[in-house]
Amino acid sequence: MNNTNINKRTADIEVEAFRPIEKQVEEVLEKINQEKDHNLSSRINKRIRSVIVSLLRAIFVIGVAYIILQPLFQKIATSFMAEIDLFDPTVEWIPRNFTLDNFRVVWEHMNYPKAFLNTFTLTITVSILQLVSCTLVAYGIGRFHFKGANIIFGLVLFTLVVPPQMIMTPLSLNFRYFNLFGLIPEQNLLGSYWPFVLTSSTAVGLRNGLFIYILRQFFRGMPKDLEEAAYLDGAGIFKTFRTIMLPGAVPGLVVIFLFAFVWQWNDFFFNTIFLSGQGNFLLQALQGVALRALNHDHNLLTTPYASLIQNTGMLLYIAPLLILYAFLQKYFIESIQRTGIVG
Amino acid sequence: MKLSNRLTLKQRKVVAGYLFSLPFILGFTLFFIYPFIQAFIFSLSQLSLTREGFELSFSGLQNYYYAINVHGQFFRVYIETILNMFVNVPLVLAFSFFTAMILNQKFKGRFLARLIFFLPVIMGAGIIIQLEMTDMVNQLMHQARGAGFVFGGAGLRNVLMNAQLPEPLIEFVLNAVNRIPDIINASGIQILIFLAGLQSIPPSIYEAADVEGASRWESFWLITLPLLSPIIITNAVYTIIDTFVTPSNELVMLIRSVRLDGNHGVSMAMSVLYFLVIILILILVLKIANRWVFYQE
Repeated sequence: MNNTNINKRTADIEVEAFRPIEKQVEEVLEKINQEKDHNLSSRINKRIRSVIVSLLRAIFVIGVAYIILQPLFQKIATSFMAEIDLFDPTVEWIPRNFTLDNFRVVWEHMNYPKAFLNTFTLTITVSILQLVSCTLVAYGIGRFHFKGANIIFGLVLFTLVVPPQMIMTPLSLNFRYFNLFGLIPEQNLLGSYWPFVLTSSTAVGLRNGLFIYILRQFFRGMPKDLEEAAYLDGAGIFKTFRTIMLPGAVPGLVVIFLFAFVWQWNDFFFNTIFLSGQGNFLLQALQGVALRALNHDHNLLTTPYASLIQNTGMLLYIAPLLILYAFLQKYFIESIQRTGIVG
Repeated sequence: MKLSNRLTLKQRKVVAGYLFSLPFILGFTLFFIYPFIQAFIFSLSQLSLTREGFELSFSGLQNYYYAINVHGQFFRVYIETILNMFVNVPLVLAFSFFTAMILNQKFKGRFLARLIFFLPVIMGAGIIIQLEMTDMVNQLMHQARGAGFVFGGAGLRNVLMNAQLPEPLIEFVLNAVNRIPDIINASGIQILIFLAGLQSIPPSIYEAADVEGASRWESFWLITLPLLSPIIITNAVYTIIDTFVTPSNELVMLIRSVRLDGNHGVSMAMSVLYFLVIILILILVLKIANRWVFYQE
């Protein structure tokens, strides 16, 4: 009896002891269930949200793409139109009187092959020189710690801040009466490639400050180990630069080359001042093309025709850039993705 | 014995640093700081071209006086350009930041989107705009149809008028809407720089924040923005300079036309005034920026 009593009591105690645990388990189970429901609803919520987000994103991306592409496509479309189509309100994108005449006229009056070759030669020279000089300078101030590095970097930023308009007149006069502070006999460098070659090879060409800035960040972000290993192996500073650092920087160099090329090609400023009076370049050819075409082909001065020609000329002007972009785009966009220019 | 063998690696690095920077040191002295100083001198002189070269005669602040008080347009355009900058730069920054955030997400057609968004960089907004002003095809075609452009133009104006909005508000909205293409075309490089910056933030930080229960909104304000703040400043400075320097800038065109008219001294005085205000604004921006920029180190 005593025994059973004790047993009963222990059983009671056990039951009492277990009751809260049961309760706890129940509570936990309830919670899990609730969370399941919550998760389900939040998952649905998330779904809806992600659909809305991607919808808004699509609207934004397509809208902006439209604003960027619309003028370009409009230009392409109109360049195939005859003059008559401009006055036809039913013609929007597809020309009714399809013609290649505009291209023929522009091609002839811009003297396109020759102008293209001149511009291309100048642009490729300038952009390669800028690429080389800016890379050297950026490497110098980005990778070596010496007292002047920060000062030089400050001066680089300074060249970015000063508007080119300001130094243009003195600079062009210096090139007009070029004697390098009396060191060489005076000569007129305007109208030749020399002003471009000199400013590009000394890293003070158009937006070269920006190139140095970007490349400096790029070089600074490169890992130290490889470089140090090369030095330990007895490689010199220049050999290390050439064989280790430079190949690693190729993505950045492609971006800079593309920038240099594009800006030189599109440059209005240096071109008109250094090459004033020279008509053999694309930009100069483009500026006068409408007028020349009018004088030659049309007896009547019609503004629509003039702008039709201008329009077609502009397309031919930017066509090489678009082709270059088409070739380099993969490299260009991947290089942003992979390396992150800004360290 | 070669010189390089006698120096330690550290010393050789110093020499190499200067050697590598040599092109810029040369270019800066010959083709930058020298003309830069000349520009100040020219702005204080009467410049006349002679057969052997050019002559300068000191004329004090006369050119400045002429630019501000006598020249009919300069002062107005000068003020307008500065005010315009205060509107455009924040818009460009906000737009390019937002766009970079979007282009950084994963979605179908991202590559194509990036390809198109960087197109303005390639096409050269400057020259396109410059020539666009002489291009009347678009205007003419739209006039012929009697309909406005999708943005701005008569359509939107009518909608706003019908909504009974006050006139100044309508003007403001139309103004902002008209800026959209300009803003987009001026944002290429900035998007690029922001995108590169976004990609330099290690994903592990976001993962850690996610584990801690931070929402996306919170991690934007507490991670993305502070880590990108130096890049925002870089971009702000770049944008300010860019809007000041593009050939399509009204003031730049004005200075150019004054120069082409042969008034070299006056055009130099105008450029100097312009330069001074740019420097002033940049210093102001950097001063304000220094207060809240977050540096990782």
